[in-house]
Amino acid sequence: MTEGPGNALNVRIWRGKAEGRFETYRVPARDNQTVLDVVTEVQRRQAPDLAYRFACRVGVCGSCAMTVNGRPRWTCRTHVRRVALEGTLTVEPLRNLPRIKDLACDMAPFFDKWQRAGGRFSGTASRREPPQRVDPQSPPRLAASAAIECINCAVCHAACDVVAWNSDYLGPAALNRAWTLVNDARHGPRSDTLDRAFAEGGCTSCHSQGNCTRHCPVGLSPSESIAALKRSAFFGLPKLEAPE
Amino acid sequence: MTERRLFVLQRLTALILAPLVLAHLGLILYAVRDGLTAQEILGRTQGSLGWALFYGAFVLAAAVHAPLGLRTILREWTAASPRLATLVSLAFGILLAALGLRAVIAVVA
Repeated sequence: MTEGPGNALNVRIWRGKAEGRFETYRVPARDNQTVLDVVTEVQRRQAPDLAYRFACRVGVCGSCAMTVNGRPRWTCRTHVRRVALEGTLTVEPLRNLPRIKDLACDMAPFFDKWQRAGGRFSGTASRREPPQRVDPQSPPRLAASAAIECINCAVCHAACDVVAWNSDYLGPAALNRAWTLVNDARHGPRSDTLDRAFAEGGCTSCHSQGNCTRHCPVGLSPSESIAALKRSAFFGLPKLEAPE
Repeated sequence: MTERRLFVLQRLTALILAPLVLAHLGLILYAVRDGLTAQEILGRTQGSLGWALFYGAFVLAAAVHAPLGLRTILREWTAASPRLATLVSLAFGILLAALGLRAVIAVVA
């Protein structure tokens, strides 16, 4: 794909709320452009009232996730030439979340589920006590570290078919978070977090389809975290080593 | 009963059912080798404590396992409330256990 007047990209962008329509915009095709660049170009030059969300532009904040040609992605880290189908790009808001306007969706249900799964960290020590010593090589810490880098972009939530048909299901991100806390020696209510992960709509609702893991832009495996939660139905909380 | 206990129960009964189903299928192949007659079957099963225990365990495990699966299906695929799904599944489980145990008693007693 080379830059030039002849090379244009047809971009279909969802306009409206739950009810709405696709509108097509033509933008110049460039050698290097991300989907976020394209959306920004449309907003700056053709549709100033286009609503979308972004912040860091470099895959750190997780706020620019959208559905691009049918798949949830970080638009800032998705090069157009990797995903454009015959010069066409279709951009929609993330699936499984209420739509606010155009490409922006309401993240509140997503974060509510995070809380419902017991995702809030609650330490056992005060700031007057020395920091708790945690062996980075201990099995629970390794399990927590493997899942900890989630930035809550909701790509997995949008990719999950179980969330799509059961809006009560906590979803991969919330359960992944619960699994990190269940393994965190500094987290006081570990047992409560595990109970919440097993409540109605919790980890037992997962069908292990793996869409979350397939789409996670960070390369995490929420499927593995959920499978580990399910295993703890038999074996209980992961055993922590006694502090020295 | 909590979701967690039901989850464990379904997995444990699956663990019990797996070898029993294989033995049951193997037995079908073996039993029909000279044609299938009621007399032959009853000759093998009547008065046999072993077969009573084998099929008794089979029926009880199936009567726990299948309704739990049915409950999930009802909840995911129908508009049934969680409570209704649980009640229907419970009734189905009781029916399975009753019919199954009656059959076991009929062939071993």
